[in-house]
Amino acid sequence: MSDKHQTKSKYTSDRQIPGAFEGETVTRRRFMTTTTHVAGAVAASAFLLPALGFALGPVFEQHIEKWQDIGAEGDFGADDYTPKTIQVTDGIGEAGRGTAYVRKYNPQVDSQPIDEYNHYIAISSSCMHLGCPVQYVPAAERFICPCHGGVYNVEGKVAGGPPVRPLDRYYTRVRHGRVQLGPKYSVNSNLDKFSPRDPGEPLDGIGQFLYPSRPTLRKDPNQSNQ
Amino acid sequence: MPKLPNIKLPKPPVPPPPALNPAPKRPGAKKPKPNPVEAAQGAGTHAVGWIDERTSLSGAARWMMFRKIPKGTNWFYTLGSATMFAFLSQAVTGVFLAMYYNPSVTQAYESVRYINNEAFLGEFVHGMHKWGSSVMVILVFLHMARTFFFGAYKYPRELNWVIGVALLILTMVMSFTGYLLPFDQRSYWATIVGVNINGTGPLVGPYLNDFLRAGPFFGATTLSRFYAIHMMLLPGVIAALIGAHLYLVAKLGTTAPPWAKAEEDEALREEQV
Repeated sequence: MSDKHQTKSKYTSDRQIPGAFEGETVTRRRFMTTTTHVAGAVAASAFLLPALGFALGPVFEQHIEKWQDIGAEGDFGADDYTPKTIQVTDGIGEAGRGTAYVRKYNPQVDSQPIDEYNHYIAISSSCMHLGCPVQYVPAAERFICPCHGGVYNVEGKVAGGPPVRPLDRYYTRVRHGRVQLGPKYSVNSNLDKFSPRDPGEPLDGIGQFLYPSRPTLRKDPNQSNQ
Repeated sequence: MPKLPNIKLPKPPVPPPPALNPAPKRPGAKKPKPNPVEAAQGAGTHAVGWIDERTSLSGAARWMMFRKIPKGTNWFYTLGSATMFAFLSQAVTGVFLAMYYNPSVTQAYESVRYINNEAFLGEFVHGMHKWGSSVMVILVFLHMARTFFFGAYKYPRELNWVIGVALLILTMVMSFTGYLLPFDQRSYWATIVGVNINGTGPLVGPYLNDFLRAGPFFGATTLSRFYAIHMMLLPGVIAALIGAHLYLVAKLGTTAPPWAKAEEDEALREEQV
């Protein structure tokens, strides 16, 4: 009597399988089973992979911000912020708008050197704790967040509360006497520029590596020609 | 003649009236034609029998419904089914809310306002869904606490605890995605904050945010993405996991409460042997 567990040979012909070819090592039963599994996997990935790519697509989509007009040069003082409603996302009505606090560069306040893109300082109203809208209180010369008590000084640096880094900024430039607001960038506590990060992600020390910038969103002010 | 002992013999039982005691049918007698009431009563049995003959479902139903349960089973054991009924209530009210709701950024608030203020019973159905979600979360935690304090997570029920934790997380994701849908100020800012909390996860956080928002900012498809996750993706997953959860409950049985003692045979007590 032959016991199939005692056949050690890898060749099917040695195992007395009817119709075995010379040198064949995979039984036909096993071949058909594997083929069916592979066919099933191909059929499933044929709809799963496109669906997954469809859902993940926006993570890899290049995002280009346009320059937008926010007012005449004379609209903004050097000692006080002027709130301006800006368009963050097109086509979704009020939900696509945000607020930027804008003032003229003030050598007595601003420590970083003046360049082409900071004649006007534009600060995002998004709190760097978790994204609630901050409000500038002129009497206190502080940005104050209503949600969890984040406080920032006049430069946008953290003066108290839970925020992990200074308020984000926008590049600004002047064209024909009009102030234009461009792409956003994030700053660390020394006001060094970084590609935009989401609120709650610190940029000091190891933070910039723990919260990597996304290739879809850069701090390059020349990303758009408009 | 010896005197009979003075005992009272029971009276012979009164025969029941013939209407309640029909004579058994004689073999070979013709079956009487059922009257319409009897035919209607038999129709249900007949239909169930027809299905059961082809599916053998009655065995599965009996296995699920008529289980032996331990002594001491009490009202705490109903928290699981209470949670399931909360889920069913959410599913049904959600389906009907979807008939009026419009997941577009410019239309969502208006459609919710219509549901609340104008649609017949709209405020009631929306209220059931809104408050029912809190009820479901509370019941999930009570059920979990019952399982924990009764030690019902121990061998061989660990896998059911794991499935239960997955269901807890999915319930939380449902709460998070559903919170955005009314699209008022509270929803919007709560979602901004919630998404940014996700973003604080090191390395993957920024990418998880982009996935949730469908882009680097709250955009045109963020709301529809949350809506699709809330009403299509997760309900199916939750229903499937509830099925697995219930299967394991029926398969493994429920545990006795921790204060229940096994019945000991007096004869086998060590100190008495």
